[in-house]
Amino acid sequence: MEYILIIISAVLINNVVLAQFLGICPFLGVSNKVNTAMGMAAAVVFVIVLATIVTYLIQIYVLNKLGIAFMQTITFILVIAALVQMVEIILKKISQPLYQALGIFLPLITTNCAVLGVAILVIKKNYNLMEAVVFGASTAVGFGLALIILAGIREQLDLVDIPKGMKGVPVSLVIAGILALAFMGFTGIVK
Amino acid sequence: MNQLQNFTKGFFKENPILVLVLGTCPTLATTSSSLNGMGMGIATTFVLVGSNVVISLLSKMIPDKVRIPAFIVIIASFVTVVDLVMQAYVPELYEKLGIFIPLIVVNCIVLGRAEAYASKNSVLSSFFDGLGMGLGFTMALGILGAFREIVGSGAIFGYKFIGGDGILVFILAPGAFMALGYLIALINRIKKT
Repeated sequence: MEYILIIISAVLINNVVLAQFLGICPFLGVSNKVNTAMGMAAAVVFVIVLATIVTYLIQIYVLNKLGIAFMQTITFILVIAALVQMVEIILKKISQPLYQALGIFLPLITTNCAVLGVAILVIKKNYNLMEAVVFGASTAVGFGLALIILAGIREQLDLVDIPKGMKGVPVSLVIAGILALAFMGFTGIVK
Repeated sequence: MNQLQNFTKGFFKENPILVLVLGTCPTLATTSSSLNGMGMGIATTFVLVGSNVVISLLSKMIPDKVRIPAFIVIIASFVTVVDLVMQAYVPELYEKLGIFIPLIVVNCIVLGRAEAYASKNSVLSSFFDGLGMGLGFTMALGILGAFREIVGSGAIFGYKFIGGDGILVFILAPGAFMALGYLIALINRIKKT
């Protein structure tokens, strides 16, 4: 039951993009086409879950043990950067189709603040490992959901005559605002 | 380019938020009031100036292949400094900005300036570049924060000057997206004419 609460809360109520403002850059950057949005979403789920597990274990067994919790920011960002590189190399070796599908998105993910954000949030919220994994995965799913919805809308937008100044980023932001308004409707499902 | 131009380009011509559209996450998240926004801006400015100066000093020594990780370590060190200082001296603001202080590390503006400017230019130019970009960022955050605060709660810097409740949605998440969207659209419009 607890896990279900975490999932609903992370996907719908506190959606990572629309309510917590994490990962806006890729949210605006790769939401042109539904296909690329799906690729990005899959890559993010993969990396966030992995990164959450690794950073969580490092925090508990290395940083806390040695009493250097203030090194969190430096350690986490390096671990995430290294992890993304490693995943890229391993995927290239063992699964060519998966690499083709996710490959180009992987380098972009290092600068996705949702990854570092989730890693830090998990520590802040004092989750245990299982809760951390569930929280990470559902946050990533929430990111994917918002991304794919926006991409779907933006594909339709190509056919619409928008004022010149609004083209591109501004209109995407306004749409994201309306989406956020819609997602606010979920508030209160879970108390 | 002289230092003055170098300093002022961050405000209008290459404003990181309004023109280059970098670092949108903290922009949207911390501008629920003008004070929060400017606090965030000043924290980022400190990191920008510090990392720009150190990176331009070390750029000859850092091997080209590992420059990005090296830059990230330098930036992360400055972020840790800001994090600890803010926790000690302005705990209230620190609470409000929360997770977005450590997240300055992944703010594209900081790494972007390191890679595009500081690694190729002199220490003094990098200093002014960082300062200008940082203050331009702070200015944009201040404007957006002030707009959201005035429309959303009828107050400015926490001082209420309009009666009633204001349009609450501008304080909440959706208002952030829309306000920034229209602000960028306005800048685009001004630039064209």
